[in-house]
Amino acid sequence: MIPAAFDYYRPKDMAGVIALLEEHGDDARVMAGGHSLIPMMKLRMAEVPHLIDLQDVAGLSGISVKDGQVRIGAMTTQAELIDHAELTTAAPILKEAALQIADPQVRYMGTVGGNVANGDPGNDMPGLMQCLDAQFTLVGPDGERSVPARDFYEAAYMTARADEEVLTAVSFAAPSGGYAYEKQKRKIGDYATAAAAVLLVKDDGHCTAASIAMTNLSDVPVYSDAAGAALTGTDVDADAVKAAAAAMLGDIDPMEDNRGPVAFKRHVAGVILSRAIERAWSRS
Amino acid sequence: MKDEVDSREDRVANLKGMGCARKRVEDARFTQGKGNYVDDIKLDGMLFGDFVRTPYAHARVVSINAEAALKVPGVLAVLTAKDLEPLGLHWMPTLAGDKQMVLADGKVLYQGQEVAFVVAENRVAAADGIELVEVEYEELPVITDPFEALKSDVVLREDLDPTADGAHGPRKHPNHIFTWEVGEKETTEQVLAEADVVVEEMIYYHRTHPCPLETCGCVASMDKVNGKLTLYGTFQAPHAIRTVVSLISGIEEHNIRVVSPDIGGGFGNKVGAYPGYVCSVVASIVTGKPVKWIEDRMDNLMTTAFARDYWMQGKIAATKEGKITGLWCHTTADHGGFDACADPTKFPAGFMNICTGSYDIPTAYLAVDGVYTNKAPGGVAYRCSFRVTEAAYFIERMIEMLAIELNMDAAELRRINFIKKEQFPYQSALGWEYDSGDYHTAWDKALAAVGYDDLRQEQAERVAAFKRGETRKLLGIGLCHFTEIVGAGPVKNCDILGLGMFDSCEIRIHPTGSAIARLGTISQGQGHATTFAQILATEIGLPADSITIEEGDTDTAPYGLGTYGSRSTPVAGAATAMAGRKIRAKAQMIAAYLLEVHDNDVEFDVDRFVVKGAPERFKTMKEIAFAAYNQAIPGLEPGLEAVSYYDPPNMTYPFGAYICVMELDVDTGEHEVRQFYALDDCGTRINPMIIEGQVHGGLTEALAIAMGQEIAYDELGNVKTATLMDFFLPTAWETPHYTTDHTVTPSPHHPIGAKGVGESPNVGGVPAFSNAVHDAFRAFGLRQAHMPHDHWRVWKIANDLGLHD
Repeated sequence: MIPAAFDYYRPKDMAGVIALLEEHGDDARVMAGGHSLIPMMKLRMAEVPHLIDLQDVAGLSGISVKDGQVRIGAMTTQAELIDHAELTTAAPILKEAALQIADPQVRYMGTVGGNVANGDPGNDMPGLMQCLDAQFTLVGPDGERSVPARDFYEAAYMTARADEEVLTAVSFAAPSGGYAYEKQKRKIGDYATAAAAVLLVKDDGHCTAASIAMTNLSDVPVYSDAAGAALTGTDVDADAVKAAAAAMLGDIDPMEDNRGPVAFKRHVAGVILSRAIERAWSRS
Repeated sequence: MKDEVDSREDRVANLKGMGCARKRVEDARFTQGKGNYVDDIKLDGMLFGDFVRTPYAHARVVSINAEAALKVPGVLAVLTAKDLEPLGLHWMPTLAGDKQMVLADGKVLYQGQEVAFVVAENRVAAADGIELVEVEYEELPVITDPFEALKSDVVLREDLDPTADGAHGPRKHPNHIFTWEVGEKETTEQVLAEADVVVEEMIYYHRTHPCPLETCGCVASMDKVNGKLTLYGTFQAPHAIRTVVSLISGIEEHNIRVVSPDIGGGFGNKVGAYPGYVCSVVASIVTGKPVKWIEDRMDNLMTTAFARDYWMQGKIAATKEGKITGLWCHTTADHGGFDACADPTKFPAGFMNICTGSYDIPTAYLAVDGVYTNKAPGGVAYRCSFRVTEAAYFIERMIEMLAIELNMDAAELRRINFIKKEQFPYQSALGWEYDSGDYHTAWDKALAAVGYDDLRQEQAERVAAFKRGETRKLLGIGLCHFTEIVGAGPVKNCDILGLGMFDSCEIRIHPTGSAIARLGTISQGQGHATTFAQILATEIGLPADSITIEEGDTDTAPYGLGTYGSRSTPVAGAATAMAGRKIRAKAQMIAAYLLEVHDNDVEFDVDRFVVKGAPERFKTMKEIAFAAYNQAIPGLEPGLEAVSYYDPPNMTYPFGAYICVMELDVDTGEHEVRQFYALDDCGTRINPMIIEGQVHGGLTEALAIAMGQEIAYDELGNVKTATLMDFFLPTAWETPHYTTDHTVTPSPHHPIGAKGVGESPNVGGVPAFSNAVHDAFRAFGLRQAHMPHDHWRVWKIANDLGLHD
């Protein structure tokens, strides 16, 4: 559990980061909290000759909630999400989800940016960001651009981010209505066996908008348009929930692992989503 | 002068002797990060060694090229089997009478096996060197299934003569290790044939791993000038390690000092000898410098001793009223690539023949076949006496299934079959003499404590509600009444590598009335420094706080067989009491001299000898200690010391009644332990607080084993659970609340009546958790579902029973 030798950099600004990425290309990686990258390096499964630590780069952390818009800097930790009262008022689903990530020690180090940018299908934030229809801000040699979370993930650990780009922030409109983040895991610190992020808007007893995303049930997070559509316009009764779960099952593609075989994961995905919908509806 | 005004009660309290919930004296250093573990040992010029390990489970080693590795700055040497062969150290004997490769000798037999040992100036260089050692392998067919191994043409152990007997008799197949039989085969089969009711089932107790928080490791330091070898290590049996090192290295035993410093948990994992120890010693001899080897977590989980992996085919016979008439068991034991089980020599399947459990079963038969596979060697007693947890799980599952067959309540079925109090000492059908027990009292107390009848009522209502579609959660009531066999053991039938399993204590009383006692055992977290001082305090009348307990240094401690199998209190605890009594006998003579009366005219009273009939005339033990060093007493040598080597006349048989109440979600497979009641009878209780802590820890390990912890392999022999992401080690989050209770049935043959308790909760806990899962589904027709009961396997139970339709 000892990584291969690497050069360590700690630039003070984004220009310094970009310059290093341009110089070293594939051989360089940026590190936020390091809770995915460092274990991979210790297992020698990730070879990173040039490691760029982002913690001294100015302007990458902090949460702002303004005019219904939420912006979270990439270096914001899960613990900071949990403790931020204004964010919890504007988008309580973030606290609910963050509290189900890993354990308190990891949450003091693990960041939002690292969680969404790494492209690990087991991470919780990517699905949540798709549910929120968040935008990811990427900064590279050619300046800044924005990519929707729903378009960001291509395959496991493969994303729309170019090698020389850094994900600097996530932003989204504060959601209205009911919410739930439901996650089944084997134990504390585990990735999800199945997890569901649900946002529902209720008007006069009917569901007028629904957004649903699933975690660790494919090689990428799964935003299920069909599941949301199955709820929209209904009064979210048992049949509607069943229809949404069935629609979601058409969008996921889980693989067998130590958490269980595919049939089990599909069954649990349906159960977890149904519970998330019911909780979100009860809060809407 | 204070003594004279203290009441007798105060004097007893002042000793903090047996029965006192004395705080652990070890914890001040452990909780402040001041422990001294093997990896804390840093010697001048110390080098670091680590292994190149095979990624393949079965392969020939065609070539090893260390050229590039040797160019890494700081890498000094790369040892292979060829380097060890001239020393005769490329193989080493195992505790089970087999031999094991130290470094791959032509082939590898399991993933992670040691292939080469890289010695470097530091860990980082060693790790870089490992990456650059080029090993060419030729893959061979992999066998991970013991039943397939016994049919296969693929010979795993080509080094063994297939026609020759093994260490435990004839072998039936090149991949077969031994057959061990106990009991009456024909009579048992006759009973089965004639019985009203017979239940037959295969019960698999899956492979798992003790996983101590501190992994295995050592520091070997050869002083070439003095010819002395010092070996620091995570050894549960330091004296036995000294003898083994001497026998295999040829270094005379007096020139070897083995030191077990603080040990961060053992649970059986640190009983055996590992290639890392041998390679570190060789590397230190070769380089003349100290060499450290420490496993990482993956090394530990993948290669150092596993536990369990028993396929137990069982048959149990009974009358239609439920009286058990016979028990039959055939076990197929998967021992991995080498037979490195840690059992007393004459017991290749440990004490599996305790599998008649707490029940008066007149006829029984047990056969165990050991088998080689492409898995890691081991087969240690993970927080249990040798194979006792397998035995307890077997009988406690069989009895549950018999209850189903008879349509009886499982608690009542146990009650009518328990060995009765008046039957002790009880001769079991498989050859043990149970020392003492009162099972009915314990059982009734446990059932009353949990409100058993009400729980069954609630369960019936839950099943009805489930069937009406009102809930998706079932309620399981897991019962277990276990009997252990611990404290190995009588030298007449228990030895390891020919070393009789006695244990020892040596006491020195200092002139000022304090003392040091050294034992042949070694604490790994059990709190020996606390409890053994309490035994002595009561025996010799000096406060426990004035007694230092020291273990683990073979240059100073008397010879002993170490700590595992709950043997410390039954064996070394007895030696401690006996040595204390020798001190007291001499103290009596000194007291009589000082009081100017005959020896028989004084008697011991808490912390002093008093003249019979004249309690105002006494000498405290403190005064006596000083006199032993300060006065010339006619007929007595100066000083106050004693040593005892204790060979127990029998094992001890702790028992307990555990009940687990569990909620199970049939859709997700998740569980919630609503209540866990654990009644332990470990005989005389030395420190109730330490007992409670031991029970909590053991139950948590039992929870892990029953509900998710396993070492799983894929068909290529890859370990699927080599990190703590997949290997379940519970945290506070997963751990339920436990209620502990006790009865006290002292051992009649132990000097203080103590039986040992550290492993009871693992032995009894696993069946209690597992039976709760099974019991939840009893109403839907479940008989047997193998552990671990993790989410997907519980879900599969429900799915197979049609509960998702």
